[in-house]
Amino acid sequence: MRSPSPAAWFRRALPTRRRAIAAAVVVVLLAAAVTWAVWAQGSGVRTESAMLTVRSGPAGDQPVDLDTTFYLPTDASSGRKVPAVLLAHGFGGTKESVRSDAEEFAGRGYAVLTWTARGFGRSGGEIHLDSPDYEVRDAQRLLDWLAARPEVRTDGAGDPKVGVVGGSYGGGLALLLAAQDRRVDAIVPMITWNDLSRAFLPESTGGAPTEGVFKKGWAGLFFGGGGNVGTGPAGLSGGTAAQPQGAPASAGPPSPAPGAGPGTGPGGAPAGAADPSCGRFAADVCAAYLRIATTGRADQAAVDLLRRSSPAGVLNRISAPTLLVQGEADTLFPLGEADANARGIAAAGTPVRVAWFTGGHDGGAGPRSDSDRVKFLTVQWLDHYVKGAGDPPGDDFTWSRIAGFDALDRGLVATGFRAADYPGLAGDARREVAVAGPAQPIANPPNGSPAAISSVPFAGGLASLLDGVAGDVPGQHARFESAPLTDAVDVAGAPTVTLRAASPTGEAVLFVKLYDVDPDGAATLPNGLVAPVRLTGLPQRVQDARPVTVTLPGIVRRVEAGHQLRLVVASSDQAYTTPAQPTVYTVAVDGAVSLPTVSGEPIPTTATVWRWVLAGLLAAIAIGLVVIVAVVRRRHRRQDRSVHPEYAGTPLAVRRLRKEYADGFVAVSNVDFEVHPGQVVGLLGPNGAGKTTTLRVLMGLTQPTAGEIYVFGRRLVPGSPVLSRIGALVEGPGFLPHLSGLENLRAYWRATGRPAGDAHFDEALEIAGLGDSVQRKIKNYSHGMRQRLAIAQAMLGLPELLVLDEPTDGLDPPQIAEMRRVLQRYATDGRAVLVSSHLLAEVEQTCTHAVVVNKGRIVASGPVEEIVGESPSVLFDVTDPVAARAVLDRLHGVRVLPESDGQLVVDTNGTARSDVVAELVRAGIGVDRVVPRRRLEDAFLALVGENSRGSGDR
Amino acid sequence: MGVTDPAGAARGYRPSATMPFGAEFRRQASRRRTQLALGFMVLLPLIILVAFQFNSGGDDDNGNNEFASLVDLATSGGLNFTLFSIFVSASFLLVVVVALFCGDTVASEASWGSLRYLLAIPVPRARLLTVKLVVALAYSGLALLLLAGTALAAGTLRYGWSPLRSTVAAELEPGEGLLRLLAVLGYLAVVLLAVAGLAFLLSVITDAALGAVGGAVLLWILSSILDQITALGALRDFLPTHFSTAWLGLLSTPVQTDDVVRGCISAISYATLFWGLAFWRFTRKDITS
Repeated sequence: MRSPSPAAWFRRALPTRRRAIAAAVVVVLLAAAVTWAVWAQGSGVRTESAMLTVRSGPAGDQPVDLDTTFYLPTDASSGRKVPAVLLAHGFGGTKESVRSDAEEFAGRGYAVLTWTARGFGRSGGEIHLDSPDYEVRDAQRLLDWLAARPEVRTDGAGDPKVGVVGGSYGGGLALLLAAQDRRVDAIVPMITWNDLSRAFLPESTGGAPTEGVFKKGWAGLFFGGGGNVGTGPAGLSGGTAAQPQGAPASAGPPSPAPGAGPGTGPGGAPAGAADPSCGRFAADVCAAYLRIATTGRADQAAVDLLRRSSPAGVLNRISAPTLLVQGEADTLFPLGEADANARGIAAAGTPVRVAWFTGGHDGGAGPRSDSDRVKFLTVQWLDHYVKGAGDPPGDDFTWSRIAGFDALDRGLVATGFRAADYPGLAGDARREVAVAGPAQPIANPPNGSPAAISSVPFAGGLASLLDGVAGDVPGQHARFESAPLTDAVDVAGAPTVTLRAASPTGEAVLFVKLYDVDPDGAATLPNGLVAPVRLTGLPQRVQDARPVTVTLPGIVRRVEAGHQLRLVVASSDQAYTTPAQPTVYTVAVDGAVSLPTVSGEPIPTTATVWRWVLAGLLAAIAIGLVVIVAVVRRRHRRQDRSVHPEYAGTPLAVRRLRKEYADGFVAVSNVDFEVHPGQVVGLLGPNGAGKTTTLRVLMGLTQPTAGEIYVFGRRLVPGSPVLSRIGALVEGPGFLPHLSGLENLRAYWRATGRPAGDAHFDEALEIAGLGDSVQRKIKNYSHGMRQRLAIAQAMLGLPELLVLDEPTDGLDPPQIAEMRRVLQRYATDGRAVLVSSHLLAEVEQTCTHAVVVNKGRIVASGPVEEIVGESPSVLFDVTDPVAARAVLDRLHGVRVLPESDGQLVVDTNGTARSDVVAELVRAGIGVDRVVPRRRLEDAFLALVGENSRGSGDR
Repeated sequence: MGVTDPAGAARGYRPSATMPFGAEFRRQASRRRTQLALGFMVLLPLIILVAFQFNSGGDDDNGNNEFASLVDLATSGGLNFTLFSIFVSASFLLVVVVALFCGDTVASEASWGSLRYLLAIPVPRARLLTVKLVVALAYSGLALLLLAGTALAAGTLRYGWSPLRSTVAAELEPGEGLLRLLAVLGYLAVVLLAVAGLAFLLSVITDAALGAVGGAVLLWILSSILDQITALGALRDFLPTHFSTAWLGLLSTPVQTDDVVRGCISAISYATLFWGLAFWRFTRKDITS
C-alpha cells in the first residue's frame, strides 16, 4: 500500500463508481432540461423589417409609409412556397405588439406580414378608424406586396394564399378587408365590432345609434389615451410583448397612460397634423368624436362615419370562411357584436364558426385553457382554409365559463363547452325566473354624478374581480328580486326583461343590470355588463307606461341553486353619459327575466389525459412491485440451502475471507479459522487489525469481497436465516435510550418474532447482573452497565454461537473475572463462543483457542497453550552471566537476546532447553533458574512483530 | 438444539415473522418525539381556537388574498375551521412532521447502534425497510387525521355544523363539505408522500437523524423558493412542491381536478423514485454504524 497502483489511486479519487454514475445521471438530466428549455425558445424564423410606401385614399393616390416586419420560416423559398398570414394589431398598438404571435405562426409554416397601422407608431398617415378608403386599402396594397414575394404561395397572379388575423381594431380590419378584397382566403377576427356606432352608442331596446347612450369611458380611452386596446384572446396584439433588442423603438404607446396616446406619436406624423385636440386622428373622425362627446348624443353624420368603418353593412360581400372569436368579459364589444357578424356572414352562405372565451377587452387573454383553445381553433381554421391541410374544422360552437380560481397561480379557471350549432344570443332554450318588487322612484343625479359603477374600462383581468366593486348609489336605483332558485341555471346568451318607466320629462336614460346574489347577500354583476336604454315618450305615471323589452348583454354564467336573481334599474353609470338634468323616474318590472340556456357538453381538457397518466403510473407501480416481489421470492427459493458436509457440525468456519473497501483499503485478507463446539475462541490482534471487520462480515452487516463463512455448514450471506443461531455484541451496545434495560431486551426479542418462551430472559438478566437497575432508562446507564446488558442481549435465546466484540470493555476486574467464568460455562452443550480482544491477558485467561490477526492477516491460530508454547525464549538465571554468554554464543543457532539485570534471555531456536542447561553446567556455570518465557506478551510480540502500529496505520 | 428449519435457522425463527408491524409501532410510540408530534397535532387546533376567541373584531386587515378569505371564514363553522387549520399547517408544519416520522426512523436506529442488532437477528433488510416505512407513513397519516379530527371536533363544538364556505365557490352543504374536506386531506396526504420519500431516502443514506429530517425539509423549502421564480417556466412543473396547493381547487364548483391529478402524478412519481432508491441502496450498503 505504500506505492498505490494507478488503478487504486483512481478508485480513491472517485468516491465510488456508483456515486459517479448517479452524478452523471443527474448532470445528463440537468443538461437535457436546460437544452429543452432553450430549444423551446429558439425557432426557425427569419425576419425582414422595412418601411413600405403604399398608395391609398379614396382615389388610391395618397402615399403613406407603413412600418412592416415580414416573418418567414427559414425553409421558405421560391421553390418551397408557403401560405401567408396578414396579422393586424389592436388600437394603440404597433407591429411589435403582435410579434410573438407572428413568430408562432411563422413557426407553423406561414409567412407573416405585420405592420403598424397608419396613425400609429412609426407609420405615417392619420387614423381613419379602419376606413375602407384608408386602412383597408393599405391592407390591400400589403396583399399586393405579399403576392409579389417569391416565397408566398399564390392562387393566381397577384392573388396570395392569405389569411387575415387580428384582434379588436385588427379584427375589424380583417372583416372589412375580406368584404372589400376577394383575394382573402380566410379570416379570424377576434373581439371586434359589427357596428361601431352601436358599440359606442348602445340602446338595448333596439333603438338607433342616434338614440343610443354614449359609452364615454371607453370612447375617452380610445380617443385620449389610446393605449393598447386590442388584447386578443390568443395573446394577439398583447401589449406585453417585450421590445426586442436592436429593434426600432416603437413609438406607439405600449400602455394606456393618458397623454401617451396616438396624438403624441412622433416619426411619420405629417407636419400639418399638429392639432392638439385631434392628435393623429383624421379630421373627420376627430370632429365626429368631439361632437358626440360634447353632447352625449350622435348626429346622423357621425353615425354614418362610424358605420362606414363597420362590417355591418358589407357582411354579405365576405366570402372568406370566418372564425369569429368574441370575449365574454368585454364591455366594449360584447357578444352581440360577434352574433351580428355571424348572422350577416352566414346569410351570404359563407362558412362561419363562432367561439366565445372568458376574456375580452376587460378580461384580457382569459385563462390559459381558454387562450389555448382559441389558439387551437385559429390554427385549425388557417391550416384548413389557407394552407389546405387538415380536415374541415366544422362549424360547432364552443364557449367557456369561469369555474373558479386556479389554486396554483391564483388565476381564473374556465371550463370549455361545445354545442353542435351556434344558437345565437337567444340560446336553444329559455328559463323564466320571476322577479318581483314594487314600482320604485329613482333619482337621476345632476350631471351624472355620483354614478353607479358597473365596469372600469381597462381593468383588464381584474375586471371580473371588480364584481365586488360594482355598486349602485342609494336612491338612484330600483331593485326587483327573485325567489331563491330551486336548481342551478347555466345562462348562455342575452337575458331579456320587460319593464315600464315613467318620467316627468317624458324621457329617461336607464341602466338595466342583472345581479347574481348568493345566499349571504353578496351580489355579483357578471362581467360588469349593463344594458343602457333611452326611453322617450314616457308618461308621468308608471301605471300608464307601456312595457318595453330590454335585451341585456350576452353573458355566460352558472347561477347556483339557492342564489337569487336581482334586476337593478339604475339612473346613472360611470361608463356612460347621462342627462345632466336632475329628474325622478319611476320604474316597474313586470313578470319574469327570461334566461337563455344552451345545452352543450364539456370539452375534454388535458385533465383527462393526466388521469390516464395517473392510472398508468399507479398500474406501472403495482406491476413493478409484483414483479420485484416475485423475483425476490424466486431468488429466495433458489437460495443455497445446502449444508457443507465438512462443516455441518462446526459453529463457525471462515474460509479465505477478504474485505476490500471501496477506496482500495484491504481490511482483511485470507482469513481462515474455525470455531468448534465447546471452544472459546479468542480473536486477538492490535487495534485495527481487522477483527471488527471480520465480525461485521460475520453478522451480515458487510459484504465480503471474497471468501466464505459457514455457520453449521450453511453458507452465510447478509440476512441468512442461520444468523438467528448467532448471538452478537459487535462494536459496542446499541439500545433505545428512552427505554429501560428490560424494555430494551423485550423490544429486541419482539423484533425477532420468536416465541417469548425461548428468550430465557431470566438467565440473561442474571448474567447482566443489573439488579433493579434493569428498570431504569438506558440513557442513565454507565458504560459498563450497557456493556453487560448488551452481552445479556446477545445471550437471549441461548444462541449456539456467541460472538462478542471486546466484551470486557468498561467492566471492572471482578466483573471481568465473572464474565470469564460465564463465557467458559456458556461454551458447553455444543455451544461455542468467539471473543475478540486486543488484550492478551484476557484471551490467555478466557479462551481455549486463539486466532492472532495482524494487519488483516492471520499470524497464528490454535490452542492457547500451543501459541504460548511456541515462545522460543528462555530466561536463565546464572552465576556468571559473562561466561554463560560466551558458552551460549558457541552453541549453534542459540542467540542471546539483549538482557537486563544480569538475566539472560535466550532464544534457543529449537535447541532443547536441557541441552543448553547441560552445556552451561559442563562449562562450570551455576544455573539458578530456567524460566521458559510463557507470557503471552512475548508470544504476541513475536507473532505480530515489534511494530506496534495497527493495520489501520498501514 | 432441535434444528428442523431447512434454512438452518434457530427454532421459531421465520424471516417473515421478524420485526412485526405492531412491535415497530410500539417501538416508535414509546419515543418522546412521536408523542410530542402527535400531541401538537391535537394542540394546534385548540391553540387556534383560543386565539380566535381573543381576537374580538379589531382590524380586519388580513390583506386581500385567499388567506384572508380563509381567515374570515374560519369561524363560520366546524368545517371551515378545519379547513383553516389544514391551510395554516399544510405548507410547513405537516411537512416537518412527515419528514420527522420518515426521516428519523432508520437514521435514529443507526445512530443508537441498534440497527446492526436488528440486522443480525436477522431481520431481512427489505423487510426492515418496509415495516419502518409503513409505520412511518401510518404515523404521518395519524398526525394528519388527528389534526383534522381535533379541528373538526373543536370547531364544530364551538362554531356549529354549518356549510363549508369559500370565496372560490358557492357554499357547500355540510355533507358535501365533509366529503370535500376528506378529499383535501387525501390530496395532502398524497402530496406529502414526496416529502416522506425524500426524508426516508436521506434516512437510509445518513446515520444522523437530524440530517435526514433537516435535509428533507431544507430541500422542500428550496423547491418552494424555486417555485416562486416564474422565470423558470415549465421547469417548475417538475418541482415536487409545484402542485402542493392544488387542493384549493377541490373547494370550487365544479371540482377542479386537473392540477390535483397532476400533483398526484408528481408526488407519487417522486415518492416511488425516492423509495426505490432507498431500497436499492439499503439492501446493498455496508452497515458501518
